[in-house]
Amino acid sequence: MNKKARTRAIRENLSSYAFLTPWLLGFFLLTLYPMLYSLYLSFTEFNILQPPKWVGLRNYFIMFIGNEQFPRDERFLNSLLVTFRFVFISVPLKLAFALAVAMLMNQRLKLIPFYRTLYYIPTLLGGSVAIAVLWRRLFAGDGVLNTILRSAFHLNPPAWISNPKYALYTLILLSVWQFGSPMIIFLAGLKQIPKEYYEASSVDGAGKVKQFFAITLPSLSPIIFFNLVMQMISAFQSFTQAYIVSGGQGGPLDSTMFYSLYLYLKGFGFSEMGYASAMAWVLLIIIAALTALAFKVSGSLVSYGSGE
Amino acid sequence: MKKRSAGLIRAAISNVIILVLGVGMLYPVVWLVAASFKESNTIFSDPSLIPKTFTLQNYVQGWKGIGIVGFATFFKNSFIICGLSVIANVIFCSLTAYAFARLRFVGRKFWFAVMMLTLMLPTHVTTIPRYIMFRSLGWIDTFLPLVVPKFFATDAFFIFLLVQFIRSLPKELDESALIDGCGKFGIYMRIVMPLTMPALITTVLFTFLWTWDDFFNQLLYLNSPAKYTVPMGLRLFVDSSGMSSWGPMFAMAVLSLVPCFVLFFSLQKYFVQGITTTGLKG
Repeated sequence: MNKKARTRAIRENLSSYAFLTPWLLGFFLLTLYPMLYSLYLSFTEFNILQPPKWVGLRNYFIMFIGNEQFPRDERFLNSLLVTFRFVFISVPLKLAFALAVAMLMNQRLKLIPFYRTLYYIPTLLGGSVAIAVLWRRLFAGDGVLNTILRSAFHLNPPAWISNPKYALYTLILLSVWQFGSPMIIFLAGLKQIPKEYYEASSVDGAGKVKQFFAITLPSLSPIIFFNLVMQMISAFQSFTQAYIVSGGQGGPLDSTMFYSLYLYLKGFGFSEMGYASAMAWVLLIIIAALTALAFKVSGSLVSYGSGE
Repeated sequence: MKKRSAGLIRAAISNVIILVLGVGMLYPVVWLVAASFKESNTIFSDPSLIPKTFTLQNYVQGWKGIGIVGFATFFKNSFIICGLSVIANVIFCSLTAYAFARLRFVGRKFWFAVMMLTLMLPTHVTTIPRYIMFRSLGWIDTFLPLVVPKFFATDAFFIFLLVQFIRSLPKELDESALIDGCGKFGIYMRIVMPLTMPALITTVLFTFLWTWDDFFNQLLYLNSPAKYTVPMGLRLFVDSSGMSSWGPMFAMAVLSLVPCFVLFFSLQKYFVQGITTTGLKG
């Protein structure tokens, strides 16, 4: 390479990096540095007023093992359990529901744009504090649902929100209710499946159920997989709804103590920022491990078509 | 003929099922709107959707808020934060996306992979150090911690959205502009930016919605009621729960949903486009 070409290449690179500068600065200052700093804090005791004090693996020890001097944090394990239950019930239910409705809509109906709008409204509104306060009143002991159950069916229903057995399920319901985005994506995916596949298989005498498992599911598998991973990642981080519905306490009896809610209470309620940082890293590892697992399993289950 | 009528019947049945299901799903929202116009003492004794007595009292009382600060302030604060976030995301996420999608430079693949990884990163790993940083800058109880990060293109989701979109544009346009003597910035301003308009509108919409509902960060950084946003204002009602505050709470809950509704219905097709091109979120 001669000198002229080299200076041109350098200039070309520099001017490209100029466009990338804001993002690069953001990445180093607001993502990478904070990540490494929270990793460091996770090995310390830190209450923001005094400088961090190195305690080695103690925070992690308290989370999972514990001894007489540093008893195990049962509330942490409980929050982990609650969150797992929430994620592994709500995400598959949401996707199944989204797929079912998308298949119902995958016909030549004139009103599809209208229906798509109708079904997207819960997703549009569901993440707000407004809907969370509504949920709190809908499922309260003297709330709307129970008023209807009592007057119309003469039942004696429990107070859903304040009963530790049911409180989590009201949040799961709220999450499944917001199935609009995956539904729209599935609908777009279903439209891509060539009609000939179905025609050919009905000539061969395949029924609807067989067609679903032999054609629909395999064709949609990349989309389903992608949605599964993204929904899972965001479900693990759910905060607002649990905070509002439980009045900021994760109650009753910690039954809605989501991981991120407990992290918030530990870090900003009790000022145990070292411990909260350790919790953040445990969450990162859990999400990374589950994502990696999903990718590994998908290798054998997801078919990306033969054309590409 | 027979086959056609069977098809019509099937379509009719599907229509009915979809409608009934849809209306059932929206019942809570409709009930909320109805309740906001009922008198406080009849909200729960009257489960019907049409109020027996129609009153605007809840809105008048709710607008005043709880304590000294009212919802006029909360709405103003929310709009300021959302407006700045929208501007920042539109400018900086699209510049970054343009670089990833069109420019050539050493390490492009590496940085793109890094950007995609940040998309999957749980926000909690950066929350506490960021809080410490912003605190030492004296930014607690200001809008800065909520807005400034967006000026550094930290919302990887929108970069991804815009990269996908820019890649689908024909490259020949850039090349002809290059021959005409346009620089990189010129190509961005004159060709790429106008053509990405649909994706930019999607960015505006989702940035607004998610910032409006970003309760976690608002809770973390805003301490004084004068700085509160709309969701924070609504939370005040929850804390002081008593029969009498439910009506005003519902009224303000309805008002807090209005901006999202207006945006959604005026720009619907961009929503669908945004959701399908990235296949994400919700």
